[in-house]
Amino acid sequence: MLPRITAWWTILRISLQERLVYRGDFALGTLMRFLPIVTQIFLWFAIFANLGTGARITNYTYEELVVYLLLTMVARAFSSMPGLASTIARQIRTGDIKKYLTQPVDLLGFMFLSRMAHKLAYYIVAIGPFALVFFLCRGYFIHLPDAPQAAAFAASLILSFLLGFYLEACIGMVGFWFLEVTSLLFVYMLFSFFLSGHMFPLDMLPQPFGTIVQFTPLQYLAFFPAQVFLGKVQGWDLAMGLLIELEWVVLFMLLSRVLFLRGLKRYSGYGG
Amino acid sequence: MRKSQIRNPKHRTENCPLSPRLNYFRIFLTFARNSIVRDMTFRANFLIDCLSTITWSLMDLGFYIFVVFRQTSQIGRDTGWGEWEFYTFLATTKLINGLVQAFFMPNCEEVSELVRSGNFDFALLKPIDTQFLVSLRKIDWPALSHIGVGGILLSISLWHITQREIDPAQLTLLTGVAYIFYILCGVAILYSLMISLAATSIWLGRNESLYDFWFYITNFSRYPMEIYSGDVGTPLRWICTFIIPVLIVVNVPARILAQPLAAETPEARFLLFFTPAAAVACLAISRWVFYRALRSYRSASS
Repeated sequence: MLPRITAWWTILRISLQERLVYRGDFALGTLMRFLPIVTQIFLWFAIFANLGTGARITNYTYEELVVYLLLTMVARAFSSMPGLASTIARQIRTGDIKKYLTQPVDLLGFMFLSRMAHKLAYYIVAIGPFALVFFLCRGYFIHLPDAPQAAAFAASLILSFLLGFYLEACIGMVGFWFLEVTSLLFVYMLFSFFLSGHMFPLDMLPQPFGTIVQFTPLQYLAFFPAQVFLGKVQGWDLAMGLLIELEWVVLFMLLSRVLFLRGLKRYSGYGG
Repeated sequence: MRKSQIRNPKHRTENCPLSPRLNYFRIFLTFARNSIVRDMTFRANFLIDCLSTITWSLMDLGFYIFVVFRQTSQIGRDTGWGEWEFYTFLATTKLINGLVQAFFMPNCEEVSELVRSGNFDFALLKPIDTQFLVSLRKIDWPALSHIGVGGILLSISLWHITQREIDPAQLTLLTGVAYIFYILCGVAILYSLMISLAATSIWLGRNESLYDFWFYITNFSRYPMEIYSGDVGTPLRWICTFIIPVLIVVNVPARILAQPLAAETPEARFLLFFTPAAAVACLAISRWVFYRALRSYRSASS
């Protein structure tokens, strides 16, 4: 057990150092990522302005909506996995995956640790820009969650990280069968962009779409954590929500394992 | 090769029987043909690309149909951007983005890689204008499906705007011509921005976040400029009109069609003159930036 932990620790440390090389570029990039939100906030402001003061759109006040959009940024910082699926698929195609087969390192475990390090490095650097933006928008945070809600919010974020990781890993594993997953990945990105609630709160959708999106795992990538923070899901619903999120995580965790083992049976590696 | 020769390709075409302009047009057609041959080699991929573009557009449109205009009758108070006016705006965005993505995006994205790998040498050695070659080498035909979507959306919206009972818009041939003219101005502004950003990769050695950066900046052009108001909005609007003129790219042509009357106000009139001037200035500046950056290019090959 101990050697394994040392190995994990080493992988984590190396990835962390690798990630922190370009921290300036990183911080600037993070700050830039808020620009689309700025236009979104102006758009919503214009929509609310037409409705008059104190207006609500499906239970959202203007302030809540701004907080919602900012929170989806936080949730996306946990759940988005840029380049994960395409890296796995590329390694399958080019044969790089051989190194995981010949060395005593597990592919999914290694990817998980390096992704965790990637995220940790990201938070270390991104906390500055995030703090700045949240400070500038402090006027919109009218009510803050209490301790249990904050804990539930943290739990939903950690689960969204796990869900995002295993979901993309599954798509990457499809590379064993298709070799090229770019178009599949594009479809996934398309749906996750709209159906994770990244762009607008999903409960604003009219029926039947409103119900349909409740059944996809994508809502847990951004919509659900933001709802938890805003106190829009409480008590029994909150517990149920977290439980369902956990179920999705377990499902995709197992699925990625199965796809990996099945895929290895199909895989043939050539050359040295 | 001397720098003056790089900059002035006319030296090389003196003996050519065709006039340089015709030559360039034919080269462009060859590029277009090459690209379509390449796209047709992977037909399934081509179709998937087109389909995903269309799906993306439909989802985007769905946001306005099912969310925004379920709640409000117009974007911003008394701005005149009602549902169909806004769809005209959206269609204009699609047309302009389609043109930029089809012709310039795939090439500008590649500049960074050309510079890093040293393959930029080959572009410099060709006896034609380097900026022309680098900007138009490839054409992304599937991106033209944006134009298809934009065209359909535009026709439907215009039909509604001109045929409705209350306050129908009057469109003339002149409006149509002006619309096309201002769309081309918009494309010129966006192209200038993109090639300038691509040129920075010559200085930086590598610029992978080019696409992101471009996306973030042009994001401001996607909504009517009236929404930028207030303490933060007004300066932002000013910056995005006069310093980096992305805000006029879609707004000016869209207003001509969607709100011809609103285009008569002094401010809008000013923008009608300002936009072509800005387009020309942007093109000139981007060309200067590009050739300025070329001077700093160091070949990476032997």
